[in-house]
Amino acid sequence: MFPSRFRYEAPSSLGEAVALLASHDDSKVLAGGQSLIPMMKLRFASPALLVDINNIPGLDQHGAQPDGSYRIGALVRHADLEKSTTLGEHQPTIAAAAPLIADPIVRTRGTFVGSVCHADPQGDWASCLVALDGSIVAHGPTGRRTIPVDDFVTGPFQTVLAPDEIAVEAVIGAASGSRKGGYLKLERRVGDFATVGVAVALEMSGSTVTKAGIGLTGVGSATINAREAADAIVGSSLGDDEIAVAAEAAAAASSPRSDHRGSADYKRHVVATFVGRLLAQHQPAEAEVA
Amino acid sequence: MALDEIKIGGLGASRRRVEDNRFIRGKGNYVDDIVLPGMLHMEILRSPLAHARITSIDVSGAWAIPGVRLVLTGEMMAARNLAWMPTLSYDTQAVLATDKVRFQGQEVACVVADDPYTAKDGCEAIVVEYEPLPPIVNPYQAMAADAPLIRDDKVNQTDNKIFDWEVGDKEGTDRAFAQADVVSEIDMHYPRSHPSPIETCGSVADFDRSTSKLTVYMTSQAPHIIRAAVALVAEIPEHMIRIIAPDLGGGFGNKVPVYPGYVMSILASILTERPVKWIEDKSGNLISTGFGRDVYLKGQIAMRNDGKILGVRMHTDSDHGAFFSDAQPSKFKIGLMHSAFACYDIPAAHLTATGVYTNKAPGGVAYRCSFRVTEAMYFQERMICAAADDLGMDQAEFRRVNLVRDDDFPKRTPFGFLTDSGQYEKCLDIGLEAIGYADFKQEQQAARKRGRLLGIGISTMTEPLGAGNSREYDILGIKMFDSAELRVHMTGKAILRTGAKTQGQGHETTWAQIVAHELGIPADDILVEEGDTDTAPFGMGTYASRSTPVAGAAVAMVSRKIRAKARKIAAHLLEVSEEDIEWELGRFYVRGAQDRGVSIQECAMAAYSNVPDGMEPGLENNAYYDPPNLTWPFACYIAKVEVDPETGVWDVLRVVAVDDCGVRINPMIVEGQIMGGLTEAYAMANMQFLTFDEDGNCIGSNYMDYLLPTAWETPGFELHEVVTPCPHHPIGAKGIGECATVGGPAAFVNAVMDALKHTGVRNIDMPLLPDRVHDALTTGNDISGMPPVKTEA
Repeated sequence: MFPSRFRYEAPSSLGEAVALLASHDDSKVLAGGQSLIPMMKLRFASPALLVDINNIPGLDQHGAQPDGSYRIGALVRHADLEKSTTLGEHQPTIAAAAPLIADPIVRTRGTFVGSVCHADPQGDWASCLVALDGSIVAHGPTGRRTIPVDDFVTGPFQTVLAPDEIAVEAVIGAASGSRKGGYLKLERRVGDFATVGVAVALEMSGSTVTKAGIGLTGVGSATINAREAADAIVGSSLGDDEIAVAAEAAAAASSPRSDHRGSADYKRHVVATFVGRLLAQHQPAEAEVA
Repeated sequence: MALDEIKIGGLGASRRRVEDNRFIRGKGNYVDDIVLPGMLHMEILRSPLAHARITSIDVSGAWAIPGVRLVLTGEMMAARNLAWMPTLSYDTQAVLATDKVRFQGQEVACVVADDPYTAKDGCEAIVVEYEPLPPIVNPYQAMAADAPLIRDDKVNQTDNKIFDWEVGDKEGTDRAFAQADVVSEIDMHYPRSHPSPIETCGSVADFDRSTSKLTVYMTSQAPHIIRAAVALVAEIPEHMIRIIAPDLGGGFGNKVPVYPGYVMSILASILTERPVKWIEDKSGNLISTGFGRDVYLKGQIAMRNDGKILGVRMHTDSDHGAFFSDAQPSKFKIGLMHSAFACYDIPAAHLTATGVYTNKAPGGVAYRCSFRVTEAMYFQERMICAAADDLGMDQAEFRRVNLVRDDDFPKRTPFGFLTDSGQYEKCLDIGLEAIGYADFKQEQQAARKRGRLLGIGISTMTEPLGAGNSREYDILGIKMFDSAELRVHMTGKAILRTGAKTQGQGHETTWAQIVAHELGIPADDILVEEGDTDTAPFGMGTYASRSTPVAGAAVAMVSRKIRAKARKIAAHLLEVSEEDIEWELGRFYVRGAQDRGVSIQECAMAAYSNVPDGMEPGLENNAYYDPPNLTWPFACYIAKVEVDPETGVWDVLRVVAVDDCGVRINPMIVEGQIMGGLTEAYAMANMQFLTFDEDGNCIGSNYMDYLLPTAWETPGFELHEVVTPCPHHPIGAKGIGECATVGGPAAFVNAVMDALKHTGVRNIDMPLLPDRVHDALTTGNDISGMPPVKTEA
């Protein structure tokens, strides 16, 4: 690859990193680099300074916290999540999505937080975080702030991060009930961006849904929070009728465009299909209903 | 005692590929590995627009960058009469655009600098002003009455048509249709694809002014043809040109043509008196170099009610892009399209073909096929599938009624080729048995009741491989023979060179096996070299599955010449007359006294130390082989699929392949070729295509948009074999490299059509992306053609 000329720094502390970011108008944080480097290769991106955060300690952990929240550090790779033996019991939606992110090579280097910060409407992780009502923690010159994901992404490839802020972790709050959920993705081939992706996150008390979130990938100019669809199942026991209403509401919330991955109508149809399939996985078994 | 042929790595040995030793160690030597002292680097500036007039080019910004050594534009090329070059299809192609750009990605300028970063910076600093013109992205736009003229550079070119061509018996076909009980019609499109070898194209040109010799390391499947072309175009004497094709990272037809980048790097080396390296990036390769397919078909089959086919009509409209630079060696405008229906006994056939210019990349190549055979066999098997359905006849039974029978050979095909051997019905039976065809209809019915859509697709075909005999082929007037040169050293070891050029096929392994079979010299004792025009005998290169049919035959023939001389030496050593000498693998012996013998190695030593009076010393020779006919392998591919009715996603449940490629030199390599070909067949059917939007932007300029299947999607393959030796090939072998790519796609598409049959859908054009399958399934309508992609804002 033959990118434009750029300066490269690899600080060993967050303080240094933030100072470096502030020192240049056109600087970028390098974590896994799986979106940034290809863009630099094609010279679509030509940052003057790359601040590589891979030498900064303490950012590569993920896990459940004593307060019940779940935290994912900025250097946690997709593969770390995919291979985790404990993630599934805490975060089934994330565990379901992890093996579907890009391809094995990208998963080895790319990061969860970096993917959310890239704010690609076709990024899978943002939909999961939306469904889980999660947040991003940003570290800047004046300290830290926690930004709900709905406020974090402002448009395609745009976030509220200041030029001298670094996203240091993603946070998912404690669940009130037992967590259920999943992720389905239609892709033309492994490694392709989603034609349609659907993240569902449920909290259940017995067979009743107490909280729900549905995030949609690749069917709008940004990740879509299908709130009405989620509201349609809260309080229900996921009966066929409620699922059908939610599926239609999610399709209505999507605003896909026709392109080489398929027509807008087709993508809306797949949104409804996937929401239906994901919710049906958590319907009470027939024996219980009877 | 004759040697054990398998033990010495002869015919039939699944010998490990000797070339893999260096490849798996990262020790391959590709063009980009070539580093010469003082070498400069070249980058190409490409057009962002599909059709536009160039109003100005300002290169001053590039010259201002330190390290930039040369900037070339079309104007500078024109001053040296090099702005245009001839193509293999007797058209002209722009090296650097002078007047207009005619496709997105066309070469507009190039920058030569101390390193590739600086060269790329230089390209970015060039300012080109364009006046956009309306782009044409399919043949029907091109043929419209008010279409803008793409090739206004050509005298007497008043529209966008390149050719009208026909072959076959029009009157006889008309009569057949008049007598038919049923006529089946189907229109379809074989979309444009790209061979996309992992290694892109590139060259290192090194013109030495002190010796006047030009050496070019080049990604070429046919180095000798390149040498001839450079001699003719650049007017450099042929003996002062050395083309070296080192290791190639795949070719698949993409590395047959002469590309503008090669020409520019050569001129840049002459002008700078320094070696100049050009390595194309992936996008450059995908958007500007030789593509495959892009043909529309109108097909008709005339039948009797009992299933007997009486006649076939085909009309093709082919999209050749901005320049007619099809890299094809046949004498026919649309290649071997008329090899269609060669495996069927059909009395009459007629084909008409129209070719047009569009604002898309030029350079149709035979992507893992003999030219246009992939389209021919796909159209054939889709037409057969639709015809059987229209007739209400079982797919296997319909084929059985019409396949050529074993005792019919030699047999003229409907369009006049001569097939010579095969056991077609046996292959079909093995395939049907393996897939469980007898029970499938019940299984399909039962599954449908549970809402599951299953389908089976059959594809049977024979195809002409091994360009080829000079009756049907030449390149620039040169006959399509090939060559081999064998030198046996005094210790019985040997070096073999051929005019072919391996690019993954494993020639270094398999050629040695042919020599081992003919001479009994262990394959491990034979070094195989190809690709250097100063050392290899003249040959036409490797493509169209021609290596084994042509160069491989030359290897056998040169080995036999060596054996003939060795026999004389053996007679001398054994002190008997030559007529009393018998041969068994690896040794000569005296008839009636089998223990009195000499090994081939002893003959080799004697060739350098003890030849009979009057014989020249040494044990080396060469052979040029002009094949008497093409080879005709047969294949039966059967795919079983399941379609998800809710999403249109289809999964391949099983694939059965029955290949008859005659005698197998190295069964492991043959199986690898079949699996590779089936993978590409699946790719074509499912995802791998180049398309364009209304503005002529290529959608597929990188591997995010140009989809190659991964190990995850690729189904498993169950391989079976039948061996019908080729009657005219010295060792009975037929081509195999492309059979599965050619015959495979129709099996997958036919299977999906079978799963959807109850909806009345007759055709979905490739690729069968989920949205297209779902649209067909829900509307009951065919999904045809590849209209420009409309992207909503």
